Amino acid sequence: MDAVGILPLDVVGWLVQFWIALGGAGLLLQRTPQFINRFVFPLSALTSLLLAAVGVWALAATPNIMVLPLGLPDLPFHLRLDPLSGFFLILLGGASFGVSLYSAGYFKSMAGETLGLLCLEYHLFLVGMTLVLVADDAYMFMVAWETMALSSYFLVTTDHSIPDIRKAGYLYLLIAHVGAIAILLSFGVMQAGLGIGAYTFDTMRAGHLTEFWSSVAFLLALFGFGAKAGVLPMHVWLPEAHPAAPSPVSALMSGVMLKTAIYGILRVTFDLLGTQLWWWGVLALGLGLLTAVFGVMFAAVQGDMKRLLAYSSIENIGLLLVGIGLTIIFHVYGKDTLAALSLIATLYHSLNHAMFKSLLFIGTGSILHATGERNMGRLGGLIQRMPWAAALMLVGVLAIAGLPPLNGFVSEWLMLQAFLLSPGLPNNYINMLVPVAAAVIALAAALAAYVMVKFYGVIFLGQPREKSLEHAHDAGKWECMGMGWLALACVVLGLAPVMVVGQLDQVSQMLLGTHLGNAANDWVFLAPVDTERASYSPLYFLLAVLGVMLLTSVLVRRFYHGRLRRSPPWDCGFPAQTPRMQDTAEGFGQPIRRIFEPFFQIERDVPSPFDTHPRYHGQTEDRLWYILYLPIKHITEKLAALAGLLQHGRIHLYLTYTFVTLIVLLVFV
Amino acid sequence: MENFNLNLFFAILFQLAQLLVVVLLAPLLTGWVNQCQAWLQNRSGAGVLQPYRVLRKLFHKDAVMAHNASWLFRVTPYIVFGCMWLAAAIIPIIAVDLPFSQAADVIALVGVFALARVFIALAAMDIGTSFGTLGARREMLVSFLAEPALLMVLFTASMISHSTQLPRIVESLAYHQFVLYPSLAFAALAFLIVLLAENARIPVDNPSTHLELTMIHEAMILEYSARHLALIEWASSLKLLAYISIGVALFFPYGIVEAGNWAGLPLAVVWLLLKLLVAGAGLAVLETVTAKMRIFRAPEFLGTAFLLAVLGLLIHFLLGA
Amino acid sequence: MQIPLTLQFINLLAALLLLIAFAMLAQRRILSLINLFAWQGALLALSTFVVAYSTGQHHLYYSAGLTLLLKVLLLPWLLHRLIRKLNVRWDVETMINIPTTMLVGIALVIFAFNLAAPISQLAEGITRGLIGIALASVLLSMLMMLTRRKAVTQVVAFLSLENGLFFAATSATQGMPLVVELGIALDVLVATFIFGIFFFQIRETFDSLDITNMEKLKDD
Repeated sequence: MDAVGILPLDVVGWLVQFWIALGGAGLLLQRTPQFINRFVFPLSALTSLLLAAVGVWALAATPNIMVLPLGLPDLPFHLRLDPLSGFFLILLGGASFGVSLYSAGYFKSMAGETLGLLCLEYHLFLVGMTLVLVADDAYMFMVAWETMALSSYFLVTTDHSIPDIRKAGYLYLLIAHVGAIAILLSFGVMQAGLGIGAYTFDTMRAGHLTEFWSSVAFLLALFGFGAKAGVLPMHVWLPEAHPAAPSPVSALMSGVMLKTAIYGILRVTFDLLGTQLWWWGVLALGLGLLTAVFGVMFAAVQGDMKRLLAYSSIENIGLLLVGIGLTIIFHVYGKDTLAALSLIATLYHSLNHAMFKSLLFIGTGSILHATGERNMGRLGGLIQRMPWAAALMLVGVLAIAGLPPLNGFVSEWLMLQAFLLSPGLPNNYINMLVPVAAAVIALAAALAAYVMVKFYGVIFLGQPREKSLEHAHDAGKWECMGMGWLALACVVLGLAPVMVVGQLDQVSQMLLGTHLGNAANDWVFLAPVDTERASYSPLYFLLAVLGVMLLTSVLVRRFYHGRLRRSPPWDCGFPAQTPRMQDTAEGFGQPIRRIFEPFFQIERDVPSPFDTHPRYHGQTEDRLWYILYLPIKHITEKLAALAGLLQHGRIHLYLTYTFVTLIVLLVFV
Repeated sequence: MENFNLNLFFAILFQLAQLLVVVLLAPLLTGWVNQCQAWLQNRSGAGVLQPYRVLRKLFHKDAVMAHNASWLFRVTPYIVFGCMWLAAAIIPIIAVDLPFSQAADVIALVGVFALARVFIALAAMDIGTSFGTLGARREMLVSFLAEPALLMVLFTASMISHSTQLPRIVESLAYHQFVLYPSLAFAALAFLIVLLAENARIPVDNPSTHLELTMIHEAMILEYSARHLALIEWASSLKLLAYISIGVALFFPYGIVEAGNWAGLPLAVVWLLLKLLVAGAGLAVLETVTAKMRIFRAPEFLGTAFLLAVLGLLIHFLLGA
Repeated sequence: MQIPLTLQFINLLAALLLLIAFAMLAQRRILSLINLFAWQGALLALSTFVVAYSTGQHHLYYSAGLTLLLKVLLLPWLLHRLIRKLNVRWDVETMINIPTTMLVGIALVIFAFNLAAPISQLAEGITRGLIGIALASVLLSMLMMLTRRKAVTQVVAFLSLENGLFFAATSATQGMPLVVELGIALDVLVATFIFGIFFFQIRETFDSLDITNMEKLKDD
């Protein structure tokens, strides 16, 4: 292809322009919403697919660079497409293909004006994310980053007439900007002393920082990107903003946008900073573990389905951060194979999470459309009314619960292998941190299964808890197509791990200088280090389970009979069954709430046993909000009040301030 | 090369044989445990063949299913049975020639258990009865601590033998020079607790009660009948066999023959039967002398198992053995 | 593996010692606690015996016998009697719940091993980690003393702390002079008697063995 003179980066450029055009078309065509739904979104989906293809192309190609004639004078935009960017483009394209297809059906009932605006913001959001991934200078990166943040802010506040959503959007914007400042400072530290106009990533790569300044840059980046990803102390916006946005947008934010932060951490740590220190890895590992356990614990006690998924995203980000931490540790201590293994596990899990979390989020969108209800306690029995959505979401649920032979299990398997193979690090404390961390990961994974059983069981299974659910309708054609694509991705990524790992090796080669390879020399068996040590073959696994199932089924029918009779549920003969007797989301989460009680801020009114009309009210909140955020808010308010003292409204006083400032400056300078 | 192929052929044959043996043997083990319990409680007992009779009876009956049962409810017994069968078939109990265990190592084994568990919990919620959801919730509660504990136990063994494949683990534990592993002492204790909890045994659950608020496993399968119930009961037997097999493979692998040693098979089978007899009787004794605990003591109990397993892993790191 | 079997056996016993220390930490009932203590003593006696056998130091046989007599038979019997007399069967409430205590315990084990790592490297002829385990069980016993309310459990904790020290002395450093051991054994015995007398005094004063009552003794 290079012979023809077309580089992958050129194609990315065209696709981005096409997206912008589509967004503009959406705005212009707001009088004909059918057109937007029928043409703009499907075309956008196609663009996504092409972008993913370009990503695959870029994995194998040498990095290509482009300087745009845009930007500030003497400060043009630099673009670069290397395997790392390529991988994240695949992630972005693959997930947004499904989401855009879904959107073609989802926004059907939306009013034209809102839809036109939303279409523009939606495409700007996609463009912003793409440009973040290919930016090659700090200036370009920040512009793209802000485009992404602002467009997603507007998308979150689509229903801006609801005060809670406005509040959620505000919180999101605030934390996104605190994070952006940290990222900007990190870039500043990395280019310090390299001369003016040296904001390109290339000069940063060439620069040699002392350990101290490297650490400062890393910490700032970790904080800034962590705020975007929802890492522990900066997570509060995530469970507010994700549920507030329309479901396809939540899917993109959770599935893709959070990964741009992971991209940022990887880019800064392994590409821009020449050296890494072991304690960065420990810090990332520790933060990741805390985030993972925290996320899954809170997910278990949520009653709102989208909030539950948002907390589950926090958990997954935690797992990704654990992977990054592990990679740093191994890389620093020269364990190249292990570093490659944990990096690949991290990347694999990013891809998986993009697929199944997008699937689940758009699935909740269909439920929301069908029932108008986000509270799981009012849903139930939807598997009867929405068979397609139920079947497709089951795939997502099994995948996110980390069950074989789907994709969630593969990345978990790789990650655990990295832990298992790790002894022999020179630092004793880190050596012992490893088994403890593996245990915590296992715990988080098992809790994730709990959460997902709750999610699926309460929404889809059992009897409908409300009368209105009788009229719920299944997801439409476009919606099913979008979900079907993502479900297919979950299955394929689960069944063909060898090929995926083979592709991811390119990224590892670029970032760490080593690659993993496959010891089995076989596309069926995944064996990261040595066939004697560990191997896993999802395809055989699936075939065996299916074979055994079919065999059993045939044998049972052959030798006995297939007679079946329907009757009312038995339930130990208890006569007065009502749907209200099933566990609600609250009830299902109760054991977790009880076991981890100290971590929650729980408010409850339990009715007395003699109450004839008992009403239960319970709310589980985040302690960190009270411990960390409210004090900061109070301090900020106090400081603002102090600053407010300066304000008197008299022009003379203001002139005096200016005069005094001028004098002071003159004296000191 | 020809020799290699012949070996592979025998190995596959052996794998199929083990598949058949475990599925036929599993109800016998359950029967043996029940019989031992009966003896210990001064009852005469129904005989070790009782589970087979129950299965035959259940297969002959007409299935009854609630009106609102979905397809998920119908396929679950098959999935659970398939998973458990597979799990029991990939653990080396007689010989280590198990070609299929290359496709699924110990992590995948834990995954298989998890897959079956998630499906059975979902099926329990499908009808939407109070007992069903209660059982599902408690099952998930027990498992979220038991599963990582089991994983840590298996990790300890994997660390010792530098492999996550069960045949390799057994090989390194059984055939190399005799070595005492302190870390396995911790793992064994943790594993015992997990075994009791995951197989719905007494301190955590009681397999022989009905209509009691303390039950877990039985509450989940209340709505099943006839062939579906038979498959689930059979799967429970297979699960017990699988867990005892894991215990044998990790903590008492002596007697399992190495690869290619076909002449040693008869002796290995005798060993296996002996081990299962002892393990079953031990389980019965344990269940007779302990009392069922309140459901909210269970997390503490299992939490202890989890921490013990982690400690075992740490001991391995610290002592290097 | 090059490590001789006796040493492996001592390693195993050390791990079991630690296991019992954790079991004690997780145990609510005083009776079981005393039984566990007896088991710990038995393990200690066994390990001393094995050390004696493998190194051929004859005086360690006496130590082993003394341990068996004192810590497996005499002290548990005394404590059992004490409990019957005082009628305190269990220590229902611990200060911190048990899983948290065990988590702290795990952290202590890691700490102890890292602390002991340089010492272990100095010592010759032993597998690394024995000193770590001894130190860990001492720390765990102290943790138990901290988290329990009842005075009897605290005494058991104290005695098991002494067990940890004894293990460090015999197994890890291949024994100390018999005179010292005899002295320590005597001390422990006397201490137990004194504690016993204290218990009766405490109960007479407060009608309970809950040591939180001792807070009342403070001047206000």
